[in-house]
Amino acid sequence: MTDVKTFAWLTLLLPLAGTLVNAFGFKVFKGRAPGYIGTLFLAASFGCAIAMLSALLGLAEEERQVRAIAWDYAVVAGGEGQTVDVQLGLLVDPLSVFMALVVTGVSMLIHLYSIAYMDSDRGYSRFFAYLNFFVFSMLLLVLAGNFFLLIVGWAFVGAASYLLISFWYRRTTATAAGIKAFVINVLGDVGLTLGTFLIFIGTGTLDFLGSFERVGEVGQGELTAGCILLLVGAFAKSAQVPLHTWLADAMEGPTPVSALIHAATMVTAGVYLIARMWPLFEEAPAAADVGAIIGCLTLIMAATIALVVTDLKRVIAYSTMSQIGYMVVGVSSGAYVAGLFHLMTHAFFKALLFMAAGSVIAAMANVQNLDKMGGFRRSMPFTFGCMVVGGLALAGVPPFSGFFSKDEILAYTAAREDWHVVLAIVGYIAAFLTAVYTFRMIFRAFLGEPVEEARELEAGHLAHADVPRNPVTGEEEDTDVGFPGPEHRIAERAMPMKLAMGLLAIGAIGAGFLQIPQVTHVVDDFLHPTFAGSRYFEELHPSDALTWGGMALGAALGILGILVAWSIWVRRPGTAARMRERFAPLYTLFSNRWYGDEIIDVLVVRPALWFGRFAQSTFERVVVNGLFVGGTTGLIRAGSAAVRARQTGFLRAYAALMLVGIAGALLWFLIEAS
Amino acid sequence: MAEVFFFIAAIGALGGAVGVIWNWNPFYNVLALVVHLISIAALFLLLRAEFLAAAQVVVYAGAVMVLYVFVVAYIGGAEPAEISPFGPKLRPVAILFVGAILVELVIAFAGSGLKALDGEGAGYQPGFGSPGYIGDLLLTKFLVAFELASLLLTIAAIGAVVLARRRRGTVDEAAGDEQVLSVMDALRLPPGTGSQKEAVSGLPDVHEPAPGSRPEITTGTSAGTDREGGW
Amino acid sequence: MSITWYLVVSAILFAIGAGGVLIRRNPLVILLCLELMLNAANLAFIAFSRMHGNGDGQIMAIIILVVAACEVTVGLGVIVAMYRRRLPVDVDELRELHG
Repeated sequence: MTDVKTFAWLTLLLPLAGTLVNAFGFKVFKGRAPGYIGTLFLAASFGCAIAMLSALLGLAEEERQVRAIAWDYAVVAGGEGQTVDVQLGLLVDPLSVFMALVVTGVSMLIHLYSIAYMDSDRGYSRFFAYLNFFVFSMLLLVLAGNFFLLIVGWAFVGAASYLLISFWYRRTTATAAGIKAFVINVLGDVGLTLGTFLIFIGTGTLDFLGSFERVGEVGQGELTAGCILLLVGAFAKSAQVPLHTWLADAMEGPTPVSALIHAATMVTAGVYLIARMWPLFEEAPAAADVGAIIGCLTLIMAATIALVVTDLKRVIAYSTMSQIGYMVVGVSSGAYVAGLFHLMTHAFFKALLFMAAGSVIAAMANVQNLDKMGGFRRSMPFTFGCMVVGGLALAGVPPFSGFFSKDEILAYTAAREDWHVVLAIVGYIAAFLTAVYTFRMIFRAFLGEPVEEARELEAGHLAHADVPRNPVTGEEEDTDVGFPGPEHRIAERAMPMKLAMGLLAIGAIGAGFLQIPQVTHVVDDFLHPTFAGSRYFEELHPSDALTWGGMALGAALGILGILVAWSIWVRRPGTAARMRERFAPLYTLFSNRWYGDEIIDVLVVRPALWFGRFAQSTFERVVVNGLFVGGTTGLIRAGSAAVRARQTGFLRAYAALMLVGIAGALLWFLIEAS
Repeated sequence: MAEVFFFIAAIGALGGAVGVIWNWNPFYNVLALVVHLISIAALFLLLRAEFLAAAQVVVYAGAVMVLYVFVVAYIGGAEPAEISPFGPKLRPVAILFVGAILVELVIAFAGSGLKALDGEGAGYQPGFGSPGYIGDLLLTKFLVAFELASLLLTIAAIGAVVLARRRRGTVDEAAGDEQVLSVMDALRLPPGTGSQKEAVSGLPDVHEPAPGSRPEITTGTSAGTDREGGW
Repeated sequence: MSITWYLVVSAILFAIGAGGVLIRRNPLVILLCLELMLNAANLAFIAFSRMHGNGDGQIMAIIILVVAACEVTVGLGVIVAMYRRRLPVDVDELRELHG
């Protein structure tokens, strides 16, 4: 038992140590040293996570939910069985170990990738310090054993995301994106905190396991409201509708950041939350249904947008949004293992896709526009291979991992046999669209006529922009601190990048074999202790027909999507333009991102601005200055004017007043004495 | 018999009081007050406070009123004839509240207010109002009050001198010397008393300083005006 | 005869003095009226001293006498100073100490 706890704390604290070392030693370490240091700490953390796993597996199944408490800050028993227990405590159980492994593993590989990718950036140490801090926060979030630490980790993750999105802080677009992400995340924080309050009122304890045991004591209305508020938090973090607008803008951060935070780990925090809180959600089915519906909406919406977006990273970002929609649908419908399994495989192939995209962008000298790319297949074979692997996994083509995980979700969702079947159908449609947009991206970037940068690269010369420019707005920059460095590294020429991408590619290919239906169920068995007692976990199983039929359908849709993309973008190059004209209204809708930003502007931003103006001009002027300040001073001024009027300078008036006072006092004494 | 004397003394006191407030010539006011004071002394005698009666006559009627007479002689001044803008308005107020005080006090004394007033009072011991008795009390029980009163007298004396003195002796008022008296005047040594400044720079000129400014000192020569020897 | 008589006389004298302070404009006369009020208080104190049979009231009267003397001295000094500065010796005219 102590082994588990020790390794848990080590796993958590090693990244924090890495942050501190990099932060305080930034003057000492030169060259790539901060990168190696950060990666080493992360590798150590990953090692401890594996040790934690083996230690946990060494325990009997019933014991596999271990509380590791370091410090009781306050354990106060209130009335009616309420305990305010704020403890520095971790919960080490299969779910948290699973998440910790995913987080540390993928983070380690991304750190490796960044050693080379961020090489010439002036903020190298800062980058690795922030990145380690992010991993620490994420681990705090997933290892937390009570609501309190969960909220702390949640907030830290939001802060780390802000720091990393606006990493190139002299770009106004980056800082604006960071602020946008942070504000929406804070909205989620509020929802999370309020949800915690409501649940705490009912269960009386902040500890997870204690809270789950007492979920029956919470009133139904409170529980539903609390769960919906938790969902608000999850949606903000996982970029689901309507709190999704920040994810696309978050691509302003460096590519490793996008890979780590906005593909593999932070955006999956919402999924983790819903999975962790399954006892609450199973008792409040209304909230779970809300989650499923929103997840479904998101996945289809994001898929349609990804069809038309032209920025390479943003295609992958909307793809992330869509895939997380799948995960949310999965864990909200009771397919916990399926959703979490998809989380793991998605981490692999999405990080791989981002890394490959980073390589392409480097080859394009920081240009991200798909319209300007083409024909990199010959000049960047490794990148092309990785991207294809990731794309196949994403599209759900067997035997890649994405196929197994996505189909498991859809099969389990359909197995619910009520209106969830609609969700499954929408999911299949979106799977088709996924394949289309993924290969649209790959075909446009790698196939076709090589563009100038590609030709230069074939000749052996990596393209360089004379004047560095902002990829989105095109304004000029320099390469000093706060902007990207002058050198770009592509995967073919940087061993760390190749190594990281290769390992992820292996994961993207092979991870699916952990959960082949009815053959292997490693993840199922592993996660069993966490979900024991859940009626969906125990009872929800798709029938054989559903399973096999679903798999066949999924594979067919994936391959069909690839073929459609081939025919539109490769075989007859003008087809895309013609289709755009034919479906012009749809195209407008999709390319404007379903007007998400505009709607938020009208519903939230403009009223807030109006309120601010109103407050300043009317309320401030009339009420505060006029009534409160002016009124008080006016009162005092009037009072003192009245008093001042007594001071006439007339001696006899003063004497008269004295006599009046004496007469009054005498009268009072008389009355008192009688 | 005591009642008769009481009534005579009381009428004298009241008449004197009315005379104080009613006369227009300040001399007559002072004289009326003297009559009042002597009547009060008689009342004190009736109340067996002999020493106090004597003190009243000697100190109050004797010294204080003489001082008053001097000042009235100096200032003179009947009341100016024109009605001040404040005057008529105050009269009804004065009458009203003075009447109110009077009524309240009378109710207090004669009515239900202070019941213990009836009767002749405590028995009379010989030596009740004698100087020995008073002196004994002053030096034992009321020592602090005694000392403080002495201090007060000293301060008053000094204050009066400071307030009313001139910097020099009698100077013709028509020459238009308006004196700005200040605390510095009290601290400044009179000219000609032999301060070191004078030894160095000679006696100061009689030139009147402007209000608030320091006096100029010209060395040696006089401006030709009379220099008095201070006082 | 009872003390009440003396006290009533004292009250009437006090009232007359108060009225005089309010009515007259010459500061000298106002000071005289102040003396009236002080004497009325003296009378009351002596009467009470006689009633209780101890000398505390007499001592108080002596102290009041002293205070009255001091006050008259200083007050007259102020009036003389006012007169020397050619200010009108009239309390209604002298009202610069106002708010």
